[in-house]
Amino acid sequence: MTKEIIISGFGGQGIVSSGIILAYAGLIEDKYVTFFPSYGAEMRGGTANCSVVVSGEPVASPIVANPDIVVIMNEPSLTRFEPTIKPGGMLFYNKTLIKSQPQRKDIAVVPIEANVIAEELGQARIANMVMLGAMIKKTKLLSLETLKKAQRKRFVKANDEQLALNDKALEKGYGLL
Amino acid sequence: MAGKKLMYGNHAVVEGVIAAGCRFFAGYPITPQNEIPELMSIRMNEIGGVFVQTESEISAINMLFGAAAAGKRAMTSSSSPGISLMQEGISYIAGADMPVLVVNIVRGGPGLGNIAPAQSDYYQATRGGGHGDYFTITLAPHSAQDLYEFPKLAFELAEKYRNPALILADGLLGQMMEPVEFSFKPIDPKSLPEKEWALCGCKGRERRVVRSYDLKAGKLEVLNLRRAEKYAKIKSNEQRFKTKYCNDADLVIVAYGTCSRVADAAVKMARDKGFKVGLLRPITLWPFPMDVLGDMVKKVDNFLVVEMSNGQMIDDVKLATECRSRIYFHGRPGGGVPTPPEIYKRIEEVLGGAR
Repeated sequence: MTKEIIISGFGGQGIVSSGIILAYAGLIEDKYVTFFPSYGAEMRGGTANCSVVVSGEPVASPIVANPDIVVIMNEPSLTRFEPTIKPGGMLFYNKTLIKSQPQRKDIAVVPIEANVIAEELGQARIANMVMLGAMIKKTKLLSLETLKKAQRKRFVKANDEQLALNDKALEKGYGLL
Repeated sequence: MAGKKLMYGNHAVVEGVIAAGCRFFAGYPITPQNEIPELMSIRMNEIGGVFVQTESEISAINMLFGAAAAGKRAMTSSSSPGISLMQEGISYIAGADMPVLVVNIVRGGPGLGNIAPAQSDYYQATRGGGHGDYFTITLAPHSAQDLYEFPKLAFELAEKYRNPALILADGLLGQMMEPVEFSFKPIDPKSLPEKEWALCGCKGRERRVVRSYDLKAGKLEVLNLRRAEKYAKIKSNEQRFKTKYCNDADLVIVAYGTCSRVADAAVKMARDKGFKVGLLRPITLWPFPMDVLGDMVKKVDNFLVVEMSNGQMIDDVKLATECRSRIYFHGRPGGGVPTPPEIYKRIEEVLGGAR
């Protein structure tokens, strides 16, 4: 089983962190993983995306042209990545910030009120964790417990309060579907 | 995958260099390799090594010359424009037969180019790069694991042949994260044998000289002929490569580094569709794996060379096969990275109905 994932949004929405958390989680569950970010001239408010591959066998290409799973956090990313998804693939999108409707009929489309939920929990910046929670539930890619462990590997300097809040956001997303 | 650590390729270089017993780094920042000096500055400080952020690439490479002449394992890293600035120093180091390690995390060129992954420094790396008759041993990693392991191999080859060694990676390999296994016992620099040519104080012995010239009439010719013998020996001993599905192949893709990973996925797509396609991945770019290609050309009708450039390694494929098979090319210059479907399409074009 090989799953190719693209996560995309604005710089500052935790796109790269989400990708790294998925890669850590894959490694914790003894899978082969690669993570490749768009890098360099990125900045807060600019666009950012990353490719993650999670597989039961060594990963050949870290470059993902046609993902199985796409997690979209903003409008421009929807335009860019919706057409690339494999037929039968899944699109998770942040409904709070994206007003257009995805057009594809040959994929599963999952709208998530990620920013609404995140703000209810007290922080807009954890919207990415809500998305991740929902995505792993629907795709059965990785377990919720693994993701909780993995976010601790990514946010090594975060305090317990923040880590607990991240857990809550993961759980909220997980509980939606 | 117990015991594996998720690491950036650039960070894997740092840990690999330190595990190889190197305690000297000099360099100047440039994207997409900045994570190397950044982490190196922390790690060298922790273990009592030397980290120097120099005022330019030129001083960095000349500091390496000095450290190597003193008998120490020394390395620098940079990216394309920075490596160009180092060429004079690399030529001097080759002329003095000193072992050093230079890591090039290649970006788009020419000129300032861009910061995207590229393989357009192949000619520079495999044809010497600077002035004069010389070659540098050139290794092409294709994973974070390779980036951890190749510094040790590079130092071993560099010291065995007293020759500078290069690791030629690219921005994607540097910026990608993958699990890395710390696959060998770290080398204690104190356990490395002393070099019989090292300049470390001549009290009680004959003085030694390290230099890249000899002005006596005819002497440089003698030195360069001796060096040619050394290069011939490296060419016959050190060709490294990996093959996959080549035995029954109608077409063999030749690709190194990042392109070999993408090509691997394309080969799988082609095999699923019934095309007999194989993959040859050169690991040493200099010496280029001529012999395996010389053998393959007897059985394989088509070669497809895939590079992130307008075509540089393809020259070596033509030399190795003496153009006795058909040789096709797919290239993405200027920071473009090919995708598996894109390479698969080329395979289909070449083999057409021949499945």
